[in-house]
Amino acid sequence: MNERLEVNKTYKLFIGGAFPRSESGRTYEINNQSGDFIANACLASRKDLRDAVVASRNAQPKWSSATAYNRGQILYRIAEMLEGRKDQLIQEITHIDGVSQSAAQDEVIKTIDRWVWYAGWSDKLSSIAGSTNPVSGPFYNFTIPEPLGVVGVIAPESSALLGLIEALAPIIVSGNTVVALANSHNPLPAITFAEVLATSDLPAGVVNVLTGKKQELAPWFASHMDIDGLDVSEIEEPLLADIKVAGAENLKRIRTFSDEASPQRILAFMEAKTIWHPIGV
Amino acid sequence: MSIFEYAPAPESRAIVTIKPSYGHFINGGFVEGLSVFPTLNPATEETLSQISLGSIADVDRAVAAARVAYESAWSKMSGRERGKYLFRVARILQERAREFAVLESLDNGKPIRESRDVDIPLAAAHFFYHAGWADKLDYAGLGNSPKPHGVTGQIIPWNFPLLMLAWKIAPALATGNTVVLKPAETTSLTALLFAEVCQQADLPHGVVNIVTGDGTTGSALVDHPGIDKIAFTGSTQVGKEIARAIASTTKKATLELGGKAANIVFDDAPIDETVEGIVNGIFFNQGHVCCAGSRLLLQENISEEILSKLKVRMAQIRVGDPLDKNTDLGAINSSAQLDKIRELSSAGDAEGAERWSPPCDLPSRGFWFAPTIFTGVTQAHRIAREEIFGPVLSVLTFRTPQEAIEKANNTPYGLSAGIWSEKGSRILWAAQQLKAGVIWANTFNKFDPASPFGGYKESGWGREGGRHGLTAYLKSEG
Repeated sequence: MNERLEVNKTYKLFIGGAFPRSESGRTYEINNQSGDFIANACLASRKDLRDAVVASRNAQPKWSSATAYNRGQILYRIAEMLEGRKDQLIQEITHIDGVSQSAAQDEVIKTIDRWVWYAGWSDKLSSIAGSTNPVSGPFYNFTIPEPLGVVGVIAPESSALLGLIEALAPIIVSGNTVVALANSHNPLPAITFAEVLATSDLPAGVVNVLTGKKQELAPWFASHMDIDGLDVSEIEEPLLADIKVAGAENLKRIRTFSDEASPQRILAFMEAKTIWHPIGV
Repeated sequence: MSIFEYAPAPESRAIVTIKPSYGHFINGGFVEGLSVFPTLNPATEETLSQISLGSIADVDRAVAAARVAYESAWSKMSGRERGKYLFRVARILQERAREFAVLESLDNGKPIRESRDVDIPLAAAHFFYHAGWADKLDYAGLGNSPKPHGVTGQIIPWNFPLLMLAWKIAPALATGNTVVLKPAETTSLTALLFAEVCQQADLPHGVVNIVTGDGTTGSALVDHPGIDKIAFTGSTQVGKEIARAIASTTKKATLELGGKAANIVFDDAPIDETVEGIVNGIFFNQGHVCCAGSRLLLQENISEEILSKLKVRMAQIRVGDPLDKNTDLGAINSSAQLDKIRELSSAGDAEGAERWSPPCDLPSRGFWFAPTIFTGVTQAHRIAREEIFGPVLSVLTFRTPQEAIEKANNTPYGLSAGIWSEKGSRILWAAQQLKAGVIWANTFNKFDPASPFGGYKESGWGREGGRHGLTAYLKSEG
């Protein structure tokens, strides 16, 4: 080992394209499998969540009206940046989760490839999920899928990176914006991923990442009236039922998914809009 | 005043036979309920029949019948055979269309012109459309051999009784689900006549069960552990209650809920067509339409011209006997709904909006409300925010297209919207900006089985109609 003292990273939140600390001033310790201190992560508060929702809502119109080609390129650019951060992400996963180098490598590679897969969907969604409808009458009638709006993600605990990415990619590729709560025992890859986003031409606020405790924040995600949908894969009962009850107040679209990549995962956070116009001279 | 005097042209009610009382339709036959309640003709307050009030035990029996039918018959049948049953149902509805139309107008209060030309033909069309899907589910976009949910619990409203039944039952059966349906408390008669259609079509027993009753019957259906999927059309409030009630279960739900649609008129709109469209948007079916164009947004520089023409047109609306073929506006469906319309209209007066109705003689018996517009309405007024579900139009104005969109989207609802303009690019821009599931441009209140219908935001979950609606009755994985 050399004698140089390493410069440690301060892990912060990612809100509106910036990296603030929690307004609450709270942090929690991230330790590795042997209990050694690794970092202090921000313990995000309800107020941080509200700030993130505001940033996410503000980013909505521009991101959802970007061309599908543009969104596809930006998502692909994120994959390019991820590729360059591979080693760092592998290290953050092995370091804390205690998984083997090869398992961590597999997770990161799968993450990047999955992201590329979703990126390519941006300009194909309308052709698989839209339609022109042969109505009985002199009308032109068509249906197009549109993004839902602001979607919340409670990232799975079973993986530090892959689960989060599998939730984020299908949500943003269609034009939604996101507030995500990272895996709580190892949020470091999620924040590193946020650094990737910050350098990838993704407009500020499209993805916001919080670190903190699921039990504390999930109910506030569920009751927030400006969140339109929630991906709560891996959330279990009784918390899941509580989330659904609170989410009913604005009829949130609340979904859980298995880890299979599917366009259904994109369409779950889209709305179908049908437009009628008469035909005549 | 009217240019012509219209002689009464009543449709004969001799074509329908209403029994003095009805039981539930369970497992292919009628079963008496424990207690009954009257169903009225809202145009006369005459009692038409006694309807059974479904209890938990009735719901239980119906769900059990639907489960047996699902497992022993319907889920095992080929799509082709299921489809042929649906074609039969569509044909019988067409054959008995006049009977259904008269019965619908009697029980609901809607003009015969609408039940005859809209409700019943569209109900038959829904069965015909979905019949064709039954053996083509592999092409619905969910992979090969998508599976039905099982037993569906369906709860429908009173504004389009048979049509809503068709929207619910046709896709459920086409996809291989079986059904327990609860019609609305005030409008059960066409659903009970539909039970006869199921018998005539020789539909296997238990595939369709109809349990009549009120909200308690509906709750019993929602809460029943044997139900796999709920499909509900009704108020946003009840929709939220259902969402909460099924939170700790694996039940799926589609919800078609309330609306407060903006009908936006830009200053380049074709004026005469627009005035017709405004009238159709709010006075169709007495305004008992979740997607009614109940907030008229007029560009300021043409608002006076539109309003004066609208008033002339409104003076031509004929209010009265639903069975008269000349009638445009029928009876309000119930005294409870009439109270609600009156209460919200009074709030409009109290909050400072200006009320106008054409001179119009309302019948002395029955539930009636004259076509009404409120001008000088602001976004804060209750009549601009709450669903009135009656023939009451709130008029607001705007100066720029951007302002129109902001006002239109300033609501928790997102079911439908209208756009009137002769400029194609403006229509497409506005359609893109509006947060609503159905956009009518230069038309309003058009429906078709091939056209997905359903709302954004608090107007509900999912779509009905078209391929989109079909998939709500299929499992999306394996």
